[in-house]
Amino acid sequence: MQDQDITRLDAVATNSAANRQPLYARRKKIFPKRASGSFRRFKWIVMAITLGIYYLVPWIRWDRGPFAPDQAVLIDMANRRFYFFFIEIWPQEFIYVAGLLVMAGIGLFLVTSTVGRAWCGYTCPQTVWVDLFLVIERFFEGDRNARMKLDAAPWSFTKLRIRVIKHLSWLVVAVLTGGAWIFYFADAPTLAVDFVTGNAAFIAYATVAVLTATTYTFGGLMREQVCTYMCPWPRIQAAMLDETSLTVTYNDWRGEPRSRHTKKAAAAGASVGDCVDCNACVAVCPMGIDIRDGQQLECITCALCIDACDDVMGRLGKERGLISYSTLNDYDANMAIATRSGSCSITPERVRKPDGTFSDKLAHFHIRKLLRPRTFIYFGAWSAIGVSIAFALATRDRLELNVLHDRNPQFVLLSDGAIRNGYTVKLLNMVPQPRTVVLKLDESFEGASMTVAGDDTANVLETEVVLEPDRLKTIKVFVRADPEVLSGTSRSFSFVATDPATGERADYTATFNAPEKLK
Amino acid sequence: MSEKHIDEISGVSTTGHEWDGIRELDNPMPRWWVWTFYATIVWALGYAIAYPAWPLLTSATQGVLGYSSREEVRKELSAADDALGTYRAAIRDKSVEAILADDQLRSIAVAAGGASFKVNCVQCHGSGAAGSPGFPNLNDDDWLWGGKPDQIQQTIAHGIRFAKDDQTHDSLMPAFAEVLDSAQIAQVSAFVVSLSQPVKNGSLIEPGKTVFAENCAACHGDNAKGNKELGAPNLTDAIALYGADEAAIAAQVRAPRMGAMPAWNARLGDTAIKELAAFVHALGGGEK
Repeated sequence: MQDQDITRLDAVATNSAANRQPLYARRKKIFPKRASGSFRRFKWIVMAITLGIYYLVPWIRWDRGPFAPDQAVLIDMANRRFYFFFIEIWPQEFIYVAGLLVMAGIGLFLVTSTVGRAWCGYTCPQTVWVDLFLVIERFFEGDRNARMKLDAAPWSFTKLRIRVIKHLSWLVVAVLTGGAWIFYFADAPTLAVDFVTGNAAFIAYATVAVLTATTYTFGGLMREQVCTYMCPWPRIQAAMLDETSLTVTYNDWRGEPRSRHTKKAAAAGASVGDCVDCNACVAVCPMGIDIRDGQQLECITCALCIDACDDVMGRLGKERGLISYSTLNDYDANMAIATRSGSCSITPERVRKPDGTFSDKLAHFHIRKLLRPRTFIYFGAWSAIGVSIAFALATRDRLELNVLHDRNPQFVLLSDGAIRNGYTVKLLNMVPQPRTVVLKLDESFEGASMTVAGDDTANVLETEVVLEPDRLKTIKVFVRADPEVLSGTSRSFSFVATDPATGERADYTATFNAPEKLK
Repeated sequence: MSEKHIDEISGVSTTGHEWDGIRELDNPMPRWWVWTFYATIVWALGYAIAYPAWPLLTSATQGVLGYSSREEVRKELSAADDALGTYRAAIRDKSVEAILADDQLRSIAVAAGGASFKVNCVQCHGSGAAGSPGFPNLNDDDWLWGGKPDQIQQTIAHGIRFAKDDQTHDSLMPAFAEVLDSAQIAQVSAFVVSLSQPVKNGSLIEPGKTVFAENCAACHGDNAKGNKELGAPNLTDAIALYGADEAAIAAQVRAPRMGAMPAWNARLGDTAIKELAAFVHALGGGEK
C-alpha cells in the first residue's frame, strides 16, 4: 500500500552491467590517408628537424683542447660532466639543467595557452615516430585503400613478403633510434665501432634493446593507443586550454546540416551547410576520430583534417576553413549568429550574405588575441629564467674554492705557544686546461702563516698549487697564528685563490679557533 | 555465510558479507594484476630453488646456484686486497720517509694508517689524536721520543716502558719527594713554569734555577730543552703532558707519573705500523 506513494524514476546507472564500457578498449585498425596541405608540410618540416637533431647531434665535434672530449653534446656520466657546445656543466651546476627543464615546462604552458596542443600534434616524439613509421608503411603497402585491401586479403606470399619487409624496416628504424640515444653518453665514433665489434658496455646493448623494443611497439604497433591510454599529458594539456586558445575546430555553424547530395537538397529548398560528409577528415586522422563530433580527448590537434577538408572545399569552390584552428570564444560567437543565440537550429543562411560570401559579423582569429595577460605572464617567466641562466652561465666561476675546517681537534697548541688549525682545502679547476693558482691567507689575519701538508713549504704566506685540467684538487693546509693576535676564541679570515694568468679569484671565509684561556 | 547476493544496480554479485548495510561488489581483479600476481609466484618458486631460501635448524637450503652473500663479501675483500697489493708491497719494502715522499703511497698509507688508528689508538690518544693529560697529543710538534718518521715508527713498534719488548723506550724519572724538600720543589716548579709563561711569585725563580741545575739538568739538559734519547721532555715549550701550572709540575717533581705504551709490532705487523707512522707524521707535527 505504500508502493503507491513512490514515484518510480526512469534512471539507468552509467556503469550498469548492460552498458558498461571497459577502461581500455582494444586497438581498432586505423589506416590514415596521406594528407597534403600547409599543415602537413609544416609537420614534415618539424619531423625532419626533430629527427635530424636527434640522430645527428652526437656526431657534431667540438674542439675543447687536449684535456676534454671533442663531442659537442656529451653527457659524460663516468666523469660526471655534461658538455653542451661551449658550456661545460659540473654536477653541482646541475641547476642550469633544472632551469632548462623549468623553461621547457613553462614553454609548454605558453605554447598550449596560445596554439593549443601543438606539442602533441607536431613535436611529441610519439607523434613524430608514428609519422615516420606511417611513411614506411605507406611506402611498402600504399595509401589508405591499398592498405585496407592488403589487410583484408588472405595471407599469401606477397602479403607475407610486404609485411615482413615493413616490420623489418620498422625494426631498423627502432634500432637506429635506440642506437642514437647511447651516443649522447659516450664518444660517438668510438662507441659505434665498439658497439658493432661487440666491445661496448652491457648497458649500451641493454639501452638499445629497450629503446628498440619501445620504439617498435609504441611507434609501430600501439600508435594512438599510447596517446589515449598511456600518456598522462593529454589530460593535463587539455586542461590547460582556455576559451582563447587555438584548437582544431569543426565549424558546424557553417557546415551543418551536412548533406551528401547538396544540390538535390538545395533544389528541394532545404537548408544545407558546407559539409558534404565526404569523411576526408576522418580518413586522414592518425587518431581515427571524427573532429565533427566536437573536441575529444584523442585529438592531438595535428590539423591534418584541416588540410583534407580545405582540399575538398577548394575542389568544391567553397571557402576554406570549414575545419580550422579557432578559439572557443570565436566559435561560440559564430555559433550564436548561426543559431540566433541558440533559439533555432543551425541555419547556414544566417552566417552568409545573399551573394554567398560570409557575413562580416563573423568572428575571426586575429594574431592580437595571442597577446593577453596569461601569455604575457608565461612568456615573462620563461624569458626571465632564460635570461637568468644565460647571465649566470656568462658570469659563473671556473675556479672554485671550498674549505672544510678540521673539527677534531679544533685547534692544536704548538710548543712555541702558537695555535694551529687544520683545513681541508678543495680547489676546483673547472676549465679543461692545467693551471697554477696562488693560495694565500687574507692580509687582515695578522701574523698568520700556513703550511701545506706533504709539501716542503712551511709557515708561508702564500703557496702555488698546480691544478690538473677539469679536476678537483684537495690539499691539507695548517694555519698557525700567534695567540697575541687572537682576540677571542675564534675569528674568521679568508683563503684566497687567484689565477695570476687570468686574474680569476675565488675566496672562502673560514674560522680559526683557539682555546678559551687566550681571551 | 550468507547466500549469493546480486547487487541490484550494477548486477554484480557481492562478496556475501554485509557491514552496517554496506556490501562489497565482487568484481574480478584486473587481469593484468592477476597475471602479475601469478608471475610473482612463479618467480618466488624459481628464486627459492635457485637461491638459499628455506631455513633449516642450523643453516638454510643452499639453492642450486650455490650463491652465498658471505662468499661474495669474501671475494670483494680479496679483490680489494689484490687491488692494493702492489701498494702494500711498496709500503712494506720502503722506509716511512720514502713512503711520505711519494704522493700516491703517502695518501694510501695515511688513509690505511687512519683506519688502523681508529681501531687501535683512539682509546688512549682520542679519535682526533688530540690526546688528554698523560696521553700525548699527536697533532702538535712536541715529541718526547722524536717526531721523525723512523722515530715514530720505532715508538709505535716497540712502545714505551713496555717490559715485554727489549727495544722499548725505557726511562725513569726519580721521585724527588725523597730528595728535595717542599720549598725546593716549589722553587724548581716556579722556575720550570717561568721558562714558558709568567709565574705568580717571581722570587722563587732564582733559587729554583739552582735546584734545577743540581738535580734536573742531568736529564733535561742545562737549558731544560730535554733529551729525546731519554724521553726527557722539553721543559721550555708551551706543552706539558701532565699539566703546565705550578701545582701540576710540582706533583710531577714529587712523584712523577710516567705513562706506558704497548709495543704494537707483534699485533699489527710491520706494514700496518709504517702506515700508522705515516698517518701520525702527517697529522701536522711530524719532524723532518
